[in-house]
Amino acid sequence: MATNPDNALRSPGFDVERVRQDFPILSEEVYGKPLVYFDSGASAQKPRAVIDAISTVYETEYANVHRGVHYMSQKATDAMEAARETVRAFINARDIREVIFVRGATEGINLVASSWGRQNLSEGDEIILSVMEHHSNIVPWQLVAEQTGAQLKVVPISDDGALDMDAYAALISDKTKIVAITHVSNALGTIVSVEEIIRIAHEKDVPVLLDGCQAAPHMALDMQALDVDFYVFSGHKIYGPSGIGVLYGKAELLEAMPPYHGGGEMIDVVTFEKTTYADLPFKFEAGTPHISGIIGMGAAIDYINALGLKNIAAYEHDLLEYGTAKLSEINSLRIIGTASAKAAILSFVLETVHPHDVGTILDREGIAVRTGHHCAQPVMDRFDIAATIRASIGMYNTREEIDSLVAGLGRVQEIFG
Amino acid sequence: MNDGLTDLYQEVILDHSRNPRNFGAAEEADRSARGNNPLCGDRVTVFLSLDGEEISEAQFDARGCAISLASASMMTEMIKGKSIEEAKALFEKFHALVTGENGIGAGPDLAELETLSGVKDFPTRIKCATLAWHAMIAALDGTDEDVKTE
Repeated sequence: MATNPDNALRSPGFDVERVRQDFPILSEEVYGKPLVYFDSGASAQKPRAVIDAISTVYETEYANVHRGVHYMSQKATDAMEAARETVRAFINARDIREVIFVRGATEGINLVASSWGRQNLSEGDEIILSVMEHHSNIVPWQLVAEQTGAQLKVVPISDDGALDMDAYAALISDKTKIVAITHVSNALGTIVSVEEIIRIAHEKDVPVLLDGCQAAPHMALDMQALDVDFYVFSGHKIYGPSGIGVLYGKAELLEAMPPYHGGGEMIDVVTFEKTTYADLPFKFEAGTPHISGIIGMGAAIDYINALGLKNIAAYEHDLLEYGTAKLSEINSLRIIGTASAKAAILSFVLETVHPHDVGTILDREGIAVRTGHHCAQPVMDRFDIAATIRASIGMYNTREEIDSLVAGLGRVQEIFG
Repeated sequence: MNDGLTDLYQEVILDHSRNPRNFGAAEEADRSARGNNPLCGDRVTVFLSLDGEEISEAQFDARGCAISLASASMMTEMIKGKSIEEAKALFEKFHALVTGENGIGAGPDLAELETLSGVKDFPTRIKCATLAWHAMIAALDGTDEDVKTE
């Protein structure tokens, strides 16, 4: 297959054709057409390295972890704990005890809202969120607010989808107990100035949780430099398996929090009178973990590291700019989310055709996009729309695929006249 | 190009979606019920007035895709003047049409609704076609809760 000299020129450290060959699903056809996958924001495809790592677990090193004295249990435990170290390095956490394996970002946020929230929130306290949160960073806080009498305060966004930092600074008060905000908006692609968010919150000694689902695949993360208190992301969005994710928390915060789930592995001594809990990170990892998922996620991070997140980010940014320019040429199309700092998301509406109809027509062209509210209904309300069409970019997408998307939108115009 | 799209988006469907009949809220209606599709955020409210057992007026208010608007528009045209039992029978047959289930044949004449048969080849769109109908049934049954697509 011929490599695109344009791509090679723009991103000298990144060969997209080689990357594409690492993803078996990309050679699949959909309705007799090549799969064009623009839904990585919902879930990314998996490279061969991840698929193989999962097979290898079951074929050569599987048993339950942290339990057996036998060889296989030790081997599985070593592989899982090696993956924890891989994650620690990936996000530059200080200590592996700060890396908690959860089912995904959703569970990570629920863990913090429930465990930290019920211990620290009471009547009249305030939780600050933004209007562009995914439902998974809204509903857990609503649940704990109902239980504790705390209230949600919502930071607005401007018409281009940028967070209103003045409004944020004005919302922070002595009542604020925690700030929970997305790092990158899943519906708009806006990159939030999280350094500023954290700086302002910390001036008032308010901890900050960041939802890093859409950031982790696209930018290098550094927990220590950010000085963030909690950070969550999902394995399946960084080209790893689904059903596994990471909660990072500062050790002193995690140590002070009560367990979230009770069960095996999270205990020290159990009697019917009293149970003492295991140390971090196991205190928050009740039950048999998603062993192959953890190891698969480790393999995904190894794969990303081998390519270099900086190279990936530069390549994707070029593609985002190309896509933005191409879509902007379509008259009846309006891009939703035009903030100056953006990552990997092209969300848009057509004047006269509903996103659901667009999605169906694109699907018949082999093009996978997400249509709907993207689990971010408050964002849709903010722009007074029911839904958008979202093309989200992964490391394996190409300019030619953007051209296919534009051609597909031409077919939409044809049908709807 | 025969990929089902031209069957799905026939001119009569596009016409109903661009110019929906019996469109708008009817505050004075005897019955109303709302339907939500949480998957795509589409919403529809169906308003019915009854004259004894007969549906004398049918209107709807909605935001949604071409399929859901066309289906709701055609539905209001079709059920006006029908009895409650006839409207329910029409829904049964329409449901069989868009899901591609067996059992079409007997029962009421679907007339223009036949144009929505293309939906059966697009399983993810069946809920769009049936949303207003579920709301209509809920309005007839006097269900207070919002209808959701299953």
